[in-house]
Amino acid sequence: MENTIKQIVEKYNSNRMRLMDILIDIQESEGYISRDAITTMAAMLDMSQADVEQTISFYHFFSTKPRGKYTVYLNNSPVAYMFGREAIKEAFEKSAGIPFGQVTDDGLIGLFDTACIGMNDQEPAAIINNVVFTRLTPYRVREIVKMMKEGKPMEELRKESFGDGKNNLPSLRSMVSSNIRRKGMILSDDYKYGTVIKEKLPTMSPENVIAEMKHSSIRGRGGAGFPTGLKWEFCRRAKGEKHYVICNADEGEPGTFKDRVILTEKPELVFEGMALAGYAIGGDEGVLYIRYEYRYMKNYLEEVLEKMRNEGLLGENISGIEGFNFDIRIQFGAGAYVCGEESALLESLEGKRGEPRDKPPFPVEKGYLGNPTIINNVETFATAVRIVQNGGEWFTQFGTDDSTGTKILSISGDCMFPGVYEVNWGFNVEDMLDMVGAYDVQAVQVGGPSGTLIGPDEFHRTLGYSDLSTGGSMMIFGKQRNLLKDVVVNFMEFFIDESCGSCSTCRNMTQVMNNKLKKILAGKGVAKDLKDLKEWSKVLNPSRCGLGQTAANPIVSSLKNFRHLYEELLQKDKDFDEGFDLESSVQASCNYVGRVPVFNHH
Amino acid sequence: MSKPVIATTSLAGCFGCHMSLLDIDERILTLIELVEFNKSPIDDIKTFTKPVDIGLIEGGCCNSENVEVLKSFRKNCKILVSLGECAIMGGLPALRNGIPIEECLHEAYIGGPTVQLNKDGIMPNDDELPMLLDKVYPCHEIVKIDYFLPGCPPRADLIWDALVALVTGDPMKLPYEVVKFD
Ligand SMILES: Cc1cc2nc3c(=O)[nH]c(=O)nc-3n(C[C@H](O)[C@H](O)[C@H](O)COP(=O)(O)O)c2cc1C
Ligand code: SF4
Ligand code: SF4
Ligand code: FES
Repeated sequence: MENTIKQIVEKYNSNRMRLMDILIDIQESEGYISRDAITTMAAMLDMSQADVEQTISFYHFFSTKPRGKYTVYLNNSPVAYMFGREAIKEAFEKSAGIPFGQVTDDGLIGLFDTACIGMNDQEPAAIINNVVFTRLTPYRVREIVKMMKEGKPMEELRKESFGDGKNNLPSLRSMVSSNIRRKGMILSDDYKYGTVIKEKLPTMSPENVIAEMKHSSIRGRGGAGFPTGLKWEFCRRAKGEKHYVICNADEGEPGTFKDRVILTEKPELVFEGMALAGYAIGGDEGVLYIRYEYRYMKNYLEEVLEKMRNEGLLGENISGIEGFNFDIRIQFGAGAYVCGEESALLESLEGKRGEPRDKPPFPVEKGYLGNPTIINNVETFATAVRIVQNGGEWFTQFGTDDSTGTKILSISGDCMFPGVYEVNWGFNVEDMLDMVGAYDVQAVQVGGPSGTLIGPDEFHRTLGYSDLSTGGSMMIFGKQRNLLKDVVVNFMEFFIDESCGSCSTCRNMTQVMNNKLKKILAGKGVAKDLKDLKEWSKVLNPSRCGLGQTAANPIVSSLKNFRHLYEELLQKDKDFDEGFDLESSVQASCNYVGRVPVFNHH
Repeated sequence: MSKPVIATTSLAGCFGCHMSLLDIDERILTLIELVEFNKSPIDDIKTFTKPVDIGLIEGGCCNSENVEVLKSFRKNCKILVSLGECAIMGGLPALRNGIPIEECLHEAYIGGPTVQLNKDGIMPNDDELPMLLDKVYPCHEIVKIDYFLPGCPPRADLIWDALVALVTGDPMKLPYEVVKFD
């Protein structure tokens, strides 16, 4: 085993900045990262063992204990529950004979929960040894577990047909569906990739490219909405040994999956966008940082990059432009939502725990390896190609004044046709619901857990940076759903799990608020609790990154828009009840010391 | 008008907060002029003998007796103040909250390296003893608390200013040094 570890570390030139790759390879080849492996690699990388361990402990998909020859990660997003996750979970537990969170005694099967894997339009879904299984049913689960027990190879476990679109290609061979339901400028088939690099860039200076980007008024598609042209300009002006272009494909916000679809159907457009960004900022190197949940796309994406290198769209003196050298590598994450936050992403890219950095300095000044870096969402890069192709002016005819262009929405939940829809900004929620066939809608979660939960009286609102800003996640909840119990608690627990733990606000207040919510759900709530929840949420504002700053949103927005759901649960005859119960809280200690609890009730 | 009545108690605390109260130095004489003490370790009155205006609570609740005392304070005092980190957050005693109570008891009476004489592994289980809670609770999770004075212990001046404000009804001075903790 020691040899395997050595080979892996050497494959990455014993470079500790590549610790993520090293750990992923070890996890995949050994099934876990053993103490001996840690000792060996720490010595080779000239790191302390504690430093290696802290990176390992940060990521959901790394483990210092074996996770089974077959490792099942079952998605636990609210939409998975709506489509029968409980029954799937039960079927796995029953046929494997272990509860979730454990590995069978013979080390064959491990069952684990995992946060939204980006398959909300085809739930319930699970990842087994990097293969995504969608639309699971209890029958299929029993079959799959039976085949695991027979030691069958992964290819045989799958009985389903391949998904639509490019999921069929030999290098993908995946049962995942793209479910493209509406096309616009990005998803349309009327652009031949490479046109901009070959025909446009030779006629444009980098400054021209940035000018067109600024003129288009495009804002980042990852959620925060920073003007892209400006970001590129800042980076071009910043001094550094090298300049980097990073594409953020972490796509961790529960309910979004459009980056998966763009990377499946239009990867060339994204890579072309990265290259043209490289041209604009004077960049040398690009990295696609992609979540580990999408590991099944590895070979496919690498093939696309290789094809583009062969076609002269990546490499040296691209398109005959002297000194335009640009290439892209793929970096996988290992299961951490916060790594989608740009500075946490950089930390992860450097092989460390994905803890957000203090800002300033911003990545455009000091980013990857301390050099000027732009980080943009997958969709932003894809859109940039169409902007440079047709000009910034052309782009402004789509969408609204403050939100130009199109937006790709990931729509899931209670509707007839979940999937990916490309619409012009300015679309209203009512039309969206009619478009996807959603009837009897109780609520829509716009922008994922960190966004807002709105009810019918706000369905006239429009999608755009000045009204309902969104990275594209839209989860629809029908009348039959219990919003507080099934949605809000789920989202709060998501944030609790995913907090990096640096800020005491984010680490603690999420717990405190969730406990209060659960107390209310248990029928122990009083009027003051609602006031507390609202007041206490403000404590999260000074957190270091967007995760903590928005972590109270599930409660704050449901409290604002669905206050009656809370009020119905409150005790009317009490003004104080913290849910403390003396009898149950002394039970454990009395049992242990062997005494019968006595209470003198006054 | 009769003097305002004050009661104090130390639950799962170290008495440091009471020490801090005594740290108001010679102002203690003024305080005695201003207020009357009822149940409190300071005058050693063990039970409430009259309705109380202000109850100061040091320490959180780690056992059934703490809970009883705290509840009796709530019943007998108009205003309750959580005094110090232990009362507000559980404080040092709450470090055990991440460890199951069984493990804590085992470590204390059987397994710990300093346990030498308990050959028979006897556990304290007399009915006279308070029963341990599963974890240490801050006071406001048991009864309603009206005010919180942070610090470990809260500075004597803070306690003094708070008492003066409560007694006189004037707003409390909260300069930056008083609310900044790091
Ligand atoms: C907790 C957290 C998670 C994020 N996850 C993502 C993500 O998965 N993908 C993404 O593009 N941006 C994500 N962002 C936003 C990024 O920090 C950054 O703003 C974005 O990648 C910039 O690209 P854009 O300007 O093209 O949107 C996240 C932000 C936070 C605070
Ligand atoms: S807000 Fe939360 S996730 Fe962000 S840096 Fe602070 S602790 Fe980490
Ligand atoms: S807050 Fe500090 S001084 Fe007061 S009881 Fe607790 S440990 Fe002692
Ligand atoms: S050790 Fe108990 S008060 Fe100091």
